[in-house]
Amino acid sequence: MTNSTSEWAIAADGLVKVFGANRAVDGVDLRVPTGTVYGVLGPNGAGKTTTINMLATLMRPDGGDARIFGHDVVREAHIVRQLIGVTGQFASVDETLSANENLMIFARLLGLTRAEARAKSADLLERFGLTEAARRPLAQFSGGMRRRLDLAASLIAQPPLIFLDEPTTGLDPRTRGQMWDTIRELVRTGSTVMLTTQYLDEADQLADRIAVIDRGRVVAEGSPDDLKASVGASSLQLRLTTPADAEDALRAIERVLGVQGVLSPEAARITAPMTDADRVADLLIVLREAGIGLNEMSVQKPTLDEVFLTITGHSADADADDTAAPAASQKEEVRA
Amino acid sequence: MSALAPTATRIIPASERRLRNHAGLGLALRNTVTMAGRGLIKIRRTPEQLIDVTLQPILFTLMFTYIFGGAISGDVQSYLPVIIPGILVQTVITTSVVTGVQLREDMDKGVFDRFRSLPIARIAPLSGALLADTVRYAIATVLTFTMGALMGFRPGGGIASVIAAGLLVIVCSWALSWIFAFFGVIARTASSVQGISMLILFPLTFLSNAFVPVDTMPGWLQWFVNINPVSHLVTAVRDLTATGAFGADAWISILGAAVIVAIFAPLTVRAYMRKA
Repeated sequence: MTNSTSEWAIAADGLVKVFGANRAVDGVDLRVPTGTVYGVLGPNGAGKTTTINMLATLMRPDGGDARIFGHDVVREAHIVRQLIGVTGQFASVDETLSANENLMIFARLLGLTRAEARAKSADLLERFGLTEAARRPLAQFSGGMRRRLDLAASLIAQPPLIFLDEPTTGLDPRTRGQMWDTIRELVRTGSTVMLTTQYLDEADQLADRIAVIDRGRVVAEGSPDDLKASVGASSLQLRLTTPADAEDALRAIERVLGVQGVLSPEAARITAPMTDADRVADLLIVLREAGIGLNEMSVQKPTLDEVFLTITGHSADADADDTAAPAASQKEEVRA
Repeated sequence: MSALAPTATRIIPASERRLRNHAGLGLALRNTVTMAGRGLIKIRRTPEQLIDVTLQPILFTLMFTYIFGGAISGDVQSYLPVIIPGILVQTVITTSVVTGVQLREDMDKGVFDRFRSLPIARIAPLSGALLADTVRYAIATVLTFTMGALMGFRPGGGIASVIAAGLLVIVCSWALSWIFAFFGVIARTASSVQGISMLILFPLTFLSNAFVPVDTMPGWLQWFVNINPVSHLVTAVRDLTATGAFGADAWISILGAAVIVAIFAPLTVRAYMRKA
């Protein structure tokens, strides 16, 4: 980096946005180093999208300031727009046009010649596996295809900073994994990425650093490991074939994992904190040797709700204004 | 999805880019043309949205001419030079209302947010949409003159003056469409744009000399009709088609158009920018 001001891809100080009586963003500070993935985590209505809107010059901050690679988002908005790509819930593509027409128009708007625009569109469609669908109406596109096209449209100018607003919300697990791969590739080519998500898991997978936003404020900031450490361990859940084995199972858990399991008798379900995943295998072996059968085994990761409960002392969806969906439980079932 | 291919070129760091903080006039014009191209593709995709500009000129020309012709000018033939310019102006101006309605519908889509995040001239999404709409005015103009010709309208000014008259109407309607574009930007829904616009449009087009001679009206109404810019435009088109004369009324119309653009283009763009 040539000078200290552009050391940060994003530097925001005390950003405020007020809608009527609602302080949607209430003094957000952010520092995003160039070349990293930065996750902004929070429930619906926490102020994630509003924050991105201000950083992406789509909304004027009511207070504070923000700089993108050292350029002020209000005074140098036109420069900032040359440095960013925006993909997400709000900045989308034109549904009445085909994928190819969309990319062509964006490329032409960005100053590419007709021939360059054609080459660029073809290249992006190829890279995102949309070549076959290039001329079909967007109405026939799946959710995953739409997101890919959205992202492709943001990459035409090869911006050094890309905003992804909930890039995988509503996608099936396979498509989500593909989206993650694409985001990792982006960073490898030198992009800085800021993404918002409601999923702790997603932030964990992708982000170098995470900011947790609640009611318009950053309530925690750090690496995914810092954050998880503050939330606590995953829990192991076992359902026994024979409820009568519960006593023996609890004893085995205490011996092997060194923790106290909790029994919920009606379902013959045992829950135990899982501090060390390696030792779960030992436990399973012990249970089999003791002849204790399992119907089901699952690992319950800390959910966003629990992150919130731990960090803020209140639950994620308790009083966020326009929120309905509580954070999806991120249960990874493993059939035993 | 095949993840980004390894051939993906490295991204140029922000500090090594040449950046400009202002969109120049050249960029604004280029962006406008691109956005207009987008508008034309949309018209091609949904040709049914052209129904109003195709049916209205045909219907109105037939109806008004045969209903009013005998009463006002004695016979249909001598009414044609009076009514065709009137219907032309009325039809094309009515078409310009659609600009505001469609702009509202378009702005409700997410793609307008992407336009706002791009380093393009701020005015381009608006000016492009308005430019594309001149195609609609051209269609309405051609159809009205064609209907007139089929019914026996023979302009004395010749074909060049008819084209000049058509261009004059298109330019003035384009200017007027900035008013409706303004409503389109500030209104909440497309139907409210339609409502407000019609409220303005009806008095403006009917309280003019478009369909009947002004001297049949009461004095207080004549006063308004005579200052109504639509009257000047209609008179300008009549003069042009009849004699090929580009007179005072034509200049007044162009001046009026320029004033409307000077007022409403900045208003519309400012409202559009504030809409976040």
